[in-house]
Amino acid sequence: MNPKRKQRLLIILGMVFGLGIAVGLVMYALSQNINLFFTPTQIATGTAPNDQFIRVGGMVREGSVSRDPTSLKVAFDVTDFDHNVRVTYTGILPDLFREGQGVVVQGRVHDGLFAATEVLAKHDENYMPPEVTEALRQSGQLDKMMGKN
Amino acid sequence: MFAEFGHFALVTAFAIAICQGMIPLYGYATQQDTLIATAKPLALLQGFALAVSFAVLTHGFLVHDFSIHYVANNSNLYLPWYFRMSAVWGAHEGSLLLWALILAGWGVAVSLFSRGIPEHMAAIVLSVMGMIGIGFIAFMLFTSNPFERLLPFAPANGKDLNPLLQDPGLIFHPPMLYMGYVGLSVAYAFAMAALIAGRLDATWARWSRPWTTIAWSFLTFGIALGSWWAYYELGWGGWWFWDPVENASLIPWLVATALMHSLAVTEKRGLFRSWTVLLAIAAFSLSLLGTFLVRSGVLTSVHAFANDPERGVFILGFLIVVIGGSLTLYAIRAAAVSEPGRFGWLSRESWLLFNNLMLTVLAVSVLLGTLYPLLVDAVGGGKVSVGPPFFNAVFVPLTAILVSFMVFGPLTSWQHMKDTRQYRPLIVAAIVSILVGALWPTQMLGDYSIASALGTVLALWLVLGTLLDIWQRRLEYGSAWVMARKVGAGFFGMWVAHIGVAVTVFGVAMVENHTEHRDVRMGPGDVQALGPYEVRFIQMESLQGPNYSSEMGTFEVWEGSRLYQAVTPEKRVYSASQMTMTEAAIDPGFTRDLYIALGEPLGDGDWAVRLSIKPFVDWIWGGSFLMGFGGIIAILDRRYRRARARQQQPVTPAEQATVV
Repeated sequence: MNPKRKQRLLIILGMVFGLGIAVGLVMYALSQNINLFFTPTQIATGTAPNDQFIRVGGMVREGSVSRDPTSLKVAFDVTDFDHNVRVTYTGILPDLFREGQGVVVQGRVHDGLFAATEVLAKHDENYMPPEVTEALRQSGQLDKMMGKN
Repeated sequence: MFAEFGHFALVTAFAIAICQGMIPLYGYATQQDTLIATAKPLALLQGFALAVSFAVLTHGFLVHDFSIHYVANNSNLYLPWYFRMSAVWGAHEGSLLLWALILAGWGVAVSLFSRGIPEHMAAIVLSVMGMIGIGFIAFMLFTSNPFERLLPFAPANGKDLNPLLQDPGLIFHPPMLYMGYVGLSVAYAFAMAALIAGRLDATWARWSRPWTTIAWSFLTFGIALGSWWAYYELGWGGWWFWDPVENASLIPWLVATALMHSLAVTEKRGLFRSWTVLLAIAAFSLSLLGTFLVRSGVLTSVHAFANDPERGVFILGFLIVVIGGSLTLYAIRAAAVSEPGRFGWLSRESWLLFNNLMLTVLAVSVLLGTLYPLLVDAVGGGKVSVGPPFFNAVFVPLTAILVSFMVFGPLTSWQHMKDTRQYRPLIVAAIVSILVGALWPTQMLGDYSIASALGTVLALWLVLGTLLDIWQRRLEYGSAWVMARKVGAGFFGMWVAHIGVAVTVFGVAMVENHTEHRDVRMGPGDVQALGPYEVRFIQMESLQGPNYSSEMGTFEVWEGSRLYQAVTPEKRVYSASQMTMTEAAIDPGFTRDLYIALGEPLGDGDWAVRLSIKPFVDWIWGGSFLMGFGGIIAILDRRYRRARARQQQPVTPAEQATVV
């Protein structure tokens, strides 16, 4: 093999090696950090895993928000209009969080309650997170919602 | 009638872009100088037509022409004039117009500043840019016309600009970012021109380099401004969220950074040529992908607009044409490229190869993480999301490796370094960095953190390594004065940018490991401790702004028995959209930011309040500014301006050898 080919071969081997390690690392990290999405119905019917980090999307049920009078604890229902999930959260809610609006919450199911570590509401009033659209479509409530708007 | 004039200008620009995309290229193919010569005037004309179009839309905003659909949706009688100016690019249609205008602007710049480049090369470059222009203007005309009318029922008042965007940050962030995104199209066009003309050599790299570097600088500024804006306007004091749209700007940045370094090797040594072309194609394609992600709403993101899928399909199609077309051209042409010259294991080429490898791996990892939810959804795997833990787990260690080896490249000679004497002082630098870095976290708030120590070690190591490089150049030239004149702006730019990386790394390490952060419930009269301070909630009051009403809290920050400062965070409700916005009160400082924001009212006059001390957070953006500024210094290098004089000289044997 002439030296130039040899060098090129080494470069390519180095690149393949580096990329291989990177892809392995990425895949491992992905498998550890993927959050699956579930609908309120799936949680109510027990399809969703307990004590595993997941996301749930739906609408905040009207009149369901209740606050602890002395701390930042808050609880509310996320609904797809078939089933509700009671969500507990401690902290500051996003500006666009309000009853009747779509939210996505991240956290774990424990004893039938969803303990959220993060509550996401989006910055555009007309924007519906794809997860929420999906949850409403699965419960057959999407057309009703769209009709309402 | 005025808006129709803008629309007309847009259609004219479309026609000119078509001419610009076809005629010079045809002229090149058939060797007709008169047709080749049309490239520059056409580029100027296209720039002019788009400037007119943009001016008309701006005028529509300034005079409150709510019969224009876009103006009615994104402006309001009570919106101050400067936000009406920036509202032009506050939503989909207008930001596309800005995109097209900036693209045409780069075309104008290429036609004005390409005198050192042979006429036919400049013509092909402009032709390629014309084709990109065709795509974007067509996108606007067929799916997102900013001049669409709401007639005969024009509303009396507009819906107002999204309150998040009513901020000075928005005035500068998108134009800067687009300058970067679109600027990469110049690097792309140069690569295409090199492939078409079969001139993939060192000269091509020298032409392309300043354009790539300046685009990279703008991209750096744009990303930094976006991050800064998110920090103080999005409300929650984070500076990077690994949001898909942020990633969409970071990925081209990483690739463009690799491209800059690879171009250096191609210019100086004639090596890595095919790879450099691939990077140029990738950088621009990834910018387009970024645009696609933002504009199509396929990903959940803070930037996502409610949007129709038709637009996404259009950009996706365009993306496929651009990537497919350029890769085909690459496959046909690049095979003929031979790589002259070799380099030893210990050479600057090796280090830059390592740099490219790491940056590519980083870009690919971020890309995988960003697109993974789309891929899983496409194969029916359900909705998943990939959160910050993934990105941190991959990005942070790889960046640490990259940064720890950054000092070696500049200290190593090209081709082959026989002895490693130049590395020896690095041992001292390493010892100093490790000692100081290991002790540093004890000086900060909060617990000792290994990550913080590592970040400090890396930052210090990079600064010392860069200073060592400067010192060795000084010795080489005999005196600082001679060095300053002889060494070239390129080196100064690199030093500034590398120190910028160190500053940013240090800022990130401090913020991520020593932030003191508390969410608390407070009412007027309550007191909370925050690091060395005591925060007192004094009162709440209601205020009326031009287009919003506000609840403003007054907080006093006490340092022992001394009043340090009174700050006033706000909660605003914008009248037209009824959107609530958080205006955080930030007391910026060299070594820390004091951050106080109001959450929601909790009843009984109590509020949720976020209190933070963010150490060295401004260093993140300060460092990014240094990086971008370094790029600007680098393009002032004399040899780019000398290019013309050299062009007329006969080709030297060395150059001859590199011409394919």
